[in-house]
Amino acid sequence: MNQVPALIRVFAYLSLLTVGGGMAAFPELKVLTVEVHHWLTFPQLIHLYSVGQMAPGPNMMMIVSIGEWVAGPLGAIVVLIAFFGPTALLAFLIGRLWKKLEHWPWRTSIQKGLAPVSIGLLLAGCFTMAKGAITGLETATIAVATLLILLQYKINPALLVAAGAVIGAFTFVPK
Amino acid sequence: MSDAGIKPAPQTASTAPAAAGTASVLDIFIEFLIIGATSFGGGVVAYLRNGLVAKREWVDDKEFVEMLSISQTLPGLNATNMAILVGDKLRGALGSIAAIVGVCLPGAVLMYIAGMLYHEHGDRPLVTAALKGVAAAAVGLILATAMQLGKKSLSHNHDLIFIALTVIGVNRLHQSVPRVLIAVGILAILWYYPRKSDKRGEATQ
Repeated sequence: MNQVPALIRVFAYLSLLTVGGGMAAFPELKVLTVEVHHWLTFPQLIHLYSVGQMAPGPNMMMIVSIGEWVAGPLGAIVVLIAFFGPTALLAFLIGRLWKKLEHWPWRTSIQKGLAPVSIGLLLAGCFTMAKGAITGLETATIAVATLLILLQYKINPALLVAAGAVIGAFTFVPK
Repeated sequence: MSDAGIKPAPQTASTAPAAAGTASVLDIFIEFLIIGATSFGGGVVAYLRNGLVAKREWVDDKEFVEMLSISQTLPGLNATNMAILVGDKLRGALGSIAAIVGVCLPGAVLMYIAGMLYHEHGDRPLVTAALKGVAAAAVGLILATAMQLGKKSLSHNHDLIFIALTVIGVNRLHQSVPRVLIAVGILAILWYYPRKSDKRGEATQ
């Protein structure tokens, strides 16, 4: 069954929801890839997203893994173009227009209004993910410890996520 | 994003003005490839600033902040929106394409390989256990990002209401993201509607 058109539709749509960052699209990413298209399970999505936090560059590169699972190398490329193409075009056009909008009073209103909404979407995505990732006292402890360390010290977050892997390997392996 | 690693651009004014004009499409691709390959840990904005402002002097600090504010307002990730804007400034549409391909390529290749490995070995008990830890740590990381972002870009207590409305809409009322985005977004934008003697507005900048 050819899933490529569905991949294009889903990721082009998700692209436009990433206001303030990729996490804003996470709740819809879950609904579409897990519940509607059954491309992967919710735990798999959480795993891929979390591993993606350790990769360099834009932090939504885990979409490449989904594309590859569904339709091989072509799927990976299609997903990249569908996910980054629409917002890239928008940024290109608005970027050129932006200077002309300098004195348009609503420009500031839009910026100020969208700032709290984008943080809300980031949190909403985080809570959606937490529902699957925080399954007990141990995982909650790891999450809170990571949060507190990051707020307190300047440390590369990728190192902490990697540390989570080590702690997880020792804590959750069935005896 | 975090400010970690941001250094002020060196004040070597002699090379600055010419720099933007001499950037070839290949230069742009290579610089963004380096940023895309080294920006471990999510704070990609800091890496962009180091590479583009301090090292290459392709954009100055003021322009960088301006471009960043466009990037944050538009949908799309900061890293890719910045790539488009800086690439366009330096070499037009071709520059934009070189920049976005460069910044995405390393992470994309890495996640392509990681995805294949996970597909094959993901159900091994040790891998599942490790990933459980990774996912929990990632939740902590995203929460920290949200808090740091909030501290930096919000200055009004009533912004908390818009944050709460967004979270409740998505997580409690189970509305779709675009619906919540449009509803709360319009509400918040109208709240900040342009007024002649804008007092509430000034503090945010």
